[in-house]
Amino acid sequence: MLIAIVLVLIVAGSVAFHLLSPWWWTPIASNWDYIDDTLVITFWITGAVFAAVILFMAYCVVKYRHRPGHRAEFDPENKKLEWWLTGVTAVGVAAMLVPGLFVWHQFVTVPEEATELEVFGQQWSWAYRLPGEDGVLGTADAEWVGGENPLGINPHDRFGKDDIIVEGGEVYLPVDQPVKLLLRSIDVLHNFYVPEFRAKMDMVPGMVTYIWFTPTRTGAFEVLCAEYCGTAHPFMRGYVTVVEQEEYQEWLQEQLTFEEYAGNARGSAPVQLAEK
Amino acid sequence: MVDRGSDEQMQLPPREVADVMPPHAHSWIGKYVFSQDAKYIAIQYSGTAIVIGLVALVMSWLMRLQLGFPGTFDFITPEAYYQFVTMHGMIMVIYLLTAIFLGGFGNYLIPLMVGARDMVFPFVNMLSYWIYLLAVLVLVASFFVPGGPTGAGWTLYPPQAILSGTPGGAQSGIILMLLSLILFIIGFTMGGLNYAVTVLQARTRGMTMMRLPLTVWGIFTATVMALLAFPALFVACVMMLFDRLLGTSFFMPSLVELGEKLSYGGGSPIAFQHLFWFFGHPEVYIVALPAFGIVSDLIAVHARKNVFGYRMMVWAIVIIGALSFIVWAHHMYVSGMHPWFGFFFATTTLIIAIPTAIKVYNWVLTLWKGDIHLTIPMLFALGFIVTFVNGGLTGLFLGNVVVDVPLSDTMFVVAHFHMVMGVAPIMVIFGAIYHWYPKMTGRMLNEAMGHIHFWVTFIGAYAVFFPMHYVGLVGVPRRYFEIGEPDFLTAPVDGLNAFISSAALIVGAVQVLFLFNIFWSLRHGRASGGNPWRATSLEWQTPETPPRHGNWDELPNVYRWAYDYSVPGAPEDYIAQNDAWVSNGEDRRL
Repeated sequence: MLIAIVLVLIVAGSVAFHLLSPWWWTPIASNWDYIDDTLVITFWITGAVFAAVILFMAYCVVKYRHRPGHRAEFDPENKKLEWWLTGVTAVGVAAMLVPGLFVWHQFVTVPEEATELEVFGQQWSWAYRLPGEDGVLGTADAEWVGGENPLGINPHDRFGKDDIIVEGGEVYLPVDQPVKLLLRSIDVLHNFYVPEFRAKMDMVPGMVTYIWFTPTRTGAFEVLCAEYCGTAHPFMRGYVTVVEQEEYQEWLQEQLTFEEYAGNARGSAPVQLAEK
Repeated sequence: MVDRGSDEQMQLPPREVADVMPPHAHSWIGKYVFSQDAKYIAIQYSGTAIVIGLVALVMSWLMRLQLGFPGTFDFITPEAYYQFVTMHGMIMVIYLLTAIFLGGFGNYLIPLMVGARDMVFPFVNMLSYWIYLLAVLVLVASFFVPGGPTGAGWTLYPPQAILSGTPGGAQSGIILMLLSLILFIIGFTMGGLNYAVTVLQARTRGMTMMRLPLTVWGIFTATVMALLAFPALFVACVMMLFDRLLGTSFFMPSLVELGEKLSYGGGSPIAFQHLFWFFGHPEVYIVALPAFGIVSDLIAVHARKNVFGYRMMVWAIVIIGALSFIVWAHHMYVSGMHPWFGFFFATTTLIIAIPTAIKVYNWVLTLWKGDIHLTIPMLFALGFIVTFVNGGLTGLFLGNVVVDVPLSDTMFVVAHFHMVMGVAPIMVIFGAIYHWYPKMTGRMLNEAMGHIHFWVTFIGAYAVFFPMHYVGLVGVPRRYFEIGEPDFLTAPVDGLNAFISSAALIVGAVQVLFLFNIFWSLRHGRASGGNPWRATSLEWQTPETPPRHGNWDELPNVYRWAYDYSVPGAPEDYIAQNDAWVSNGEDRRL
């Protein structure tokens, strides 16, 4: 009997914790409300199933507990009931899967107008790269990494010379502008994770992965590494600051191109962007 | 109709193979050390698994001390923390759960339940245990080498697993880990061939496949899966060992480590992940299916009712086993593999929920209209259903590719897999030990201690892992030595983490009581007799308890399925499988 009471309390307590506890996801700052919606649908469907199964079990424990003279019913098979349950389960599963796949299709389809931003990960810091005036990122590889070239941009690739290098872990993004993140690592797996944007993806050395989203509100959002990358994994942090377009342009003007960066590193006079 | 055994079928098929008594060992060493008796090997396997499992338990304590009370314990450095995380996960999944279900319960129950005298290859069976023990010792040795054991996470993802930024990566920790896994797989293969061939070839007369208890079905299917899945891990380990020792580049692209260009080039880290999860996902079911089978039998025996929908249960086990080989990449939705794989793997993953749900319904429907004895095994079975349903349902979040994206690599995942393949199967292991201990020793485990053990474990484990989902929902990633107080937390998680850690310490501590009970009851437990639960399956019908080497005087003949409980008209509320009673009033018992 005690077990029946505990089973009911577990259901009640779980539902109460879900509804009342302050631990909930952080307010969204990207276009992926659909992900949140799908998650909420899943919570409702699975929560209902959980409550139904456990409460039915509690009912059985009370109603069919052993008493002197009581005997179980002999009922080897009930095909009709089994097929019904299978059918209902299939419908419930489809109700979660179908919207999920629609949203996944959006998630992997990058809109034409998205701008590109390369996120660069290494143990244990973040850097970024933007295409310069030519609008094209130069090729890059771990092969080329060196003192003047921390991101490993191909020095023989003319598209790379005007690429803008952002070190120090913080990058700006204009609000309401879709952005495709090209994710690159030169040592181990990392994962670019900003809880407010919902999207995340591993960065794999030897290849370039991607995600896209549209920042929908301004603010500074912390970047975490979400794929274990060695001892300092939890300390690999950065910031994405989402700002209005004008502020973004001002920030952009202050950044150095690859050519300027390499020149600086060699000790020659830095070339001011404004003079170009 | 299920193969319960009808009047016509009371005719036994002819004996196909001569009944041969395996040669008895004469020396003390042959009986108790290098034993070839599956029952003794089972106890060796289980004992070793439990001892190394205690190491994993201590690791989890240390881990939770750090998360619950960050900064309090100076000796828990980030390096040590990641070593605890890795060793805890690896030991629990491979060296405890896989070993105890297949090497432990498989060895003990298969020959008895199918009516055989022993496993078909007793010598290979003995080797299986000793190689397993060697694998465990190599694993333990890694704690004592310079740099300590690997801290690569139990998934051992390269490149970090073999680089210097990870504890044990540039030293011998990772090498010993990979060697230990290779040994484990060799040892398992020897045992696994035994379990599968024994089920297929050594069943006694009348024991058709569709009369096997679900325990045997679960262990048999899991064994076949393990024989197919472990080779993927085996080659992955060998290839990574080559990358680490010989400078090959199977999994290593050209990379720069802390400013220094390494000589690797051209390999694929994702190739490792595919190999790992091609093993790793079936592994989940290698642990789950024996638990499914055993819990079905616990519920049937203690609710005095036939398992509801036996045939559906068998097919569900087989279908889950087959489907589990085409869902592996749901562990890799955000790994950088081609995103279109997401459609396929999300679909297969959610389809596997259907046979799994059928199993849950059938357990609950077995209770329905039953005669439920709330014994300790039954309580653990109920605890299993709660935690398994909870963990199974959160699998629908993580399996549905787009819902997985925000939750992947967060504490939500940790909570999910602990609930579904940690707590749930361990509930079954406990239930099974309380259930079969009388057969193994002739004595009952102490009930008072059993009740304390159950209640603290069940409520405590739920209190650990239910709130942990919300730590992940808030956004805290897994494998974080400390989270600090980043802006995105809607509420600080410190208090919640301290609560979870406290519950974990209590749950861990009560396991000591369980171990004490096992030893105490050996001497002081109530004498059980041969069939204390009045169960139908063959292991309860042995002439002696504990069964001697060879199990039977004369091999039993099987006349019915394993679930003739509360049959109308029968003199008792169970009819043993080797009982020839028929319902037309004519008692044909032999």
